[in-house]
Amino acid sequence: MSKEWPLWEIFIRGQHGLSHRHVGSLHAPDSEMALKNARDVYTRRNEGVSIWVVESNKIAAFDPDTAEHNFAAPKSKVYRHPTFFEIPDDVGAM
Amino acid sequence: MYAQLVETGAAEASEKDREFQEKIDRGVRIEANDWMPEGYRKTLIRQISQHAHSEIVGQLPEGNWITRAPSLQRKAILLAKVQDEAGHGLYLYCAAETLGISRDEMTAQLLSGKAKYSSIFNYPTLTWADMGAVGWLVDGAAIMNQVPLQRCSYGPYSRAMIRVCKEESFHQRQGFDIMRQLCEGTEEQKAMAQDALNRWWWPSLMMFGPSDKDSVHSEQSMRWGIKQNTNDELRQKFVDQTVPQAEWLGLTVPDPDLKWNEETGGYDFGEPDWSEFFEVIKGNGPCNRDRLAARNKAWDDGAWFRDGLTAHAEKQIQHIAAE
Repeated sequence: MSKEWPLWEIFIRGQHGLSHRHVGSLHAPDSEMALKNARDVYTRRNEGVSIWVVESNKIAAFDPDTAEHNFAAPKSKVYRHPTFFEIPDDVGAM
Repeated sequence: MYAQLVETGAAEASEKDREFQEKIDRGVRIEANDWMPEGYRKTLIRQISQHAHSEIVGQLPEGNWITRAPSLQRKAILLAKVQDEAGHGLYLYCAAETLGISRDEMTAQLLSGKAKYSSIFNYPTLTWADMGAVGWLVDGAAIMNQVPLQRCSYGPYSRAMIRVCKEESFHQRQGFDIMRQLCEGTEEQKAMAQDALNRWWWPSLMMFGPSDKDSVHSEQSMRWGIKQNTNDELRQKFVDQTVPQAEWLGLTVPDPDLKWNEETGGYDFGEPDWSEFFEVIKGNGPCNRDRLAARNKAWDDGAWFRDGLTAHAEKQIQHIAAE
């Protein structure tokens, strides 16, 4: 069997004004083919106005086992949310 | 269904297993890099790859009629449907790959005959009416199975299923539309529709897999949140949904035991011929050899093209490096 094409992650902007979102992945020999294949596979029903392709092995991520301490700090900083502060009703909208 | 008889393996519960089960019970989705029991991983690889193979092989019975569709519009619709099936196979292969099996490994398993795919695609499509029956019944049964899979505990599989389900209802409707047009046509056309229903009814019921009492792996899969309903539950739902549609078309479901049960609020129906099902699964259905031969030919004939694109991509990288 010959060499397997690399894997690409596909990001699509659904409508003007929205950000690109990850929709899935596919194999392709290069970025040009990855874009063409992504168009055929992921936008058959007008799902997008723009496509990004990124080679999967270029994406870095935290180890899920470290999630607890990676994302722990903000939990103790509840004052970052506006609802932390009580504003008396008669102050009006704020 | 598209993944019938998926083995789950025996599991001995460790501390990690218990934590994992708790996570599942809380409804937390499992993602690709999360810890998971080997049995869970293997079961999912088997199930998702079988499902993917089914989508790919499922293109063949319908591909058979693309060049002979009765009108240009029907041809364009059928082409779009078969193209969707290729896309569904791709979403599913990608979901399986997140579990650590490569695409080439899965392809090799399909081509060697080691991997299974749904028994339904080993039946021939003899007339144009079969395009109607396949869309209406086979895709109808597939939807019945895939809708609950959208809530599967494994994130990448569940997300693939959401995409598939969005696209699938067009498939069933186009099938029903073909049946409807035939049933509203001449006597001969209506007879064609009846003949297609006669041949596809029982194989469609078999798609849900063996009866619960004979389905050894169902229980573990349900505990893991891979499966949400038993085979018999889904089969019953399918019959209850489809029989009134057949009546609407003026067609007769080929089951002498079929009758409405006031008490259960569903239809009683006959037992499919399970010996036929197991023969087809073993590779002895009417078209198993043809299907595998067609997939092998497509893979072999495409080798020069895959290699050519790889060579071009490598050359481009060299050009950029040299500049």
